This record gives sequence, structure tokens and C-alpha cells, in this order.
Amino acid sequence: MPPVDLVSLFLYFLMLAFLAIGGAPSVLPEMHRYVVELNGWMTSAQFAELYTLAQVAPGPNVMYVPLIGWQIAGWAGAAATTLSMLAPSGTLTLLVAHLQARHPRATLGIAIRRGLTPITIGLIFASGWILLPAVNDDWRGYALTAATVALVLRTSVNPLWLLAAGAAAGIFGLV
Amino acid sequence: MTSALEFATMNVHSDKAGSPEPGELFVAFSRLTLHSFGGALFWSRRMMVEQRRWLTDQEFAELIALAQLLPGANGVNLAVIVGYRFAGLRGAAAAMAGFVGAPLAIVIGLGVLYQNLGALPLVRDALTGMGAVAVALLIATAAKLSGVLQGRWRPWTFALLAFAGVGVMRWPLAAVVAVLAPFAIALAWKGRL
Repeated sequence: MPPVDLVSLFLYFLMLAFLAIGGAPSVLPEMHRYVVELNGWMTSAQFAELYTLAQVAPGPNVMYVPLIGWQIAGWAGAAATTLSMLAPSGTLTLLVAHLQARHPRATLGIAIRRGLTPITIGLIFASGWILLPAVNDDWRGYALTAATVALVLRTSVNPLWLLAAGAAAGIFGLV
Repeated sequence: MTSALEFATMNVHSDKAGSPEPGELFVAFSRLTLHSFGGALFWSRRMMVEQRRWLTDQEFAELIALAQLLPGANGVNLAVIVGYRFAGLRGAAAAMAGFVGAPLAIVIGLGVLYQNLGALPLVRDALTGMGAVAVALLIATAAKLSGVLQGRWRPWTFALLAFAGVGVMRWPLAAVVAVLAPFAIALAWKGRL
């Protein structure tokens, strides 16, 4: 494994934070490209497993970021990725929350939001696309994914039960 | 449509249930985040609008839009906005700490377990099954969100281009967004997206 330069790791995740319009999943493809394809710090399967672990835990979906950082460079890596992902964008949010109280309906803000919405949606689909072959070994995995998508879209079942069902399916050798 | 002035006043006088203190914000957001399996949005609305009555549905929708417009993690942004609104800087810090603290500890704990037990066949099998579900949750979220595009071809074109560029071609995100975003924002500005 190549050595990890913590400063560039920090700066890279800083850039990711500012590209994460629409939430943490929209930068997953870029993080995958950097961590797996460019630097080879982990395999695509490991990346997908860490993402899955974060989904099993409660909390915001950004929590896959500290896990990825931790796998790359231990505690320092977790700190470098998490701080850069949360602190600067949190500060920007504070600033905007302050301004927004004064100018609640700025037209430019609305245009930016409307314009970025479809791009964000495309990026979340891209995240799913990249993870699909990383988590699924054969057609049975894809079938489980497809069935789960249909279930989530048609019912309001708690995702926790679905994850538990997925774990059971894995343990009993169904996927 | 509420005028800008009315909306601004509405923002200031939203003390339906009294404005929560930083300590209360910390506890409320810790509880919220520990409920949030598979995304915090559902639980956020339940807590802020239905249970604690901090916000009306309209206010909640506005704040969500703002949180999504800003870069960074949506849920964390929402915690910062709501915390700041009720208790200023200290409120924002308390809400963010409450929202992120416990999940961070849990997820690192899971990471340690994964490093030690990740090679066990039982754990590998369980992770394989859960992985298939976790990806499904991601795809389903994108599918649900795509309802706001209302089947119109211009927004769908941008969604497809972003998907193809980043997902299929694996081009750098910054480049894809730098090319697509100006066109999309300009079209939205002219009301044609």
C-alpha cells in the first residue's frame, strides 16, 4: 500500500465537501475513484463493505466518510476526512443561515437549487451504479438489490428490517 | 405565496413551543440521530414538526431545501441551521455535536470490529447480504427524489449526463459538475429547466 500523505488527504476531502451538493452520497463516485482507482488504498469490495457498515449504524449517511478515512490511515485518517468533510461546509451553512434570515427568497438561490437538483439525482444514481458490482458477486445479489428497491418504493418498511433481512440472506447462503 | 417580508417575520417569530436551549438541542439531535437508520430525513420531520413542534411543515420544507442547496452533509447542515435559528452560535454547535457525536463513535466501533472480525465467514456472508440492501436503499432514494423532475426532458437530460459522466465514464466529479452546472443554473434562472 502506498504511503498516505495526510495533508493531501485532508485537502482532497475538503474539495469533496464543497462538491457534496445534495448530500454525502453524491460524492461517493469521486471518492471511489480517488481511494480505489487512483491510489489503491483499498479494493472496490472493501470500499463497498465500509459503506455498508456505515448504513447499518444509525446516523447521517455521511458517516461512511470517517470509516473510509480510518481504513486509509487509522485515527489520523478518520480525523482528516471527517473534519474536512464537516467543519468548512458547516461554517458556510452558518453564514448562509445568518444571511437567509435577512433575504429569505433570493432569486439566484432558487435558480441554483433548481439547476443543481437534476445533477444531484444523477450523481446518486451513479453512486449506486458504482457500488452494484462491488457488493454483488452474481445474479442472486442483483436480484436481492432489485427486490429491495421495489419494496422500498412501494412500501414504507423501516430500512433497518431490510438490512437485517439482507444479513440473514447472506448468512443462509442465499446471496 | 407569502411575501418576503411576511416570511422574514415568520422566521423570527417561530416560537410555537418556546425556543429550545443549546442543551435541549444537543439531547434532541442525539436522540434523533440514534433513530436514523437509513437516512435522517423521515425522523427529522417527525421530531421537529410533529413531536416537538419547533417548526411548521412549511418552515421545515424551506429549511430542508436550504440544507440541500448547501454543500456538505444534508443532515448536518439541517442541524446547524435549526440550532442557529433557535439558539445562535452555541445552538448550532450543540445541535451539530449531538447529531454527529454518537454515530461517529458507533461507526468507528464497527470499523474496529470489522478489522478484527471482518475475515470471519459469518461476518463476510452477512455483509454481502447487507451490501446488496444498502445499494438498493441508495438507488431507491435516487428514484424517489427523481419524482421532482416530473418527467420533463431537460432536467432528465442533466441527470442522465451527470450519471453517465461520473458513473459510467468515471470522469472526475469536479469536471463534470463544472461543465453541467452553469448550463443547468442558467436554464433554471430563465425558468426553462
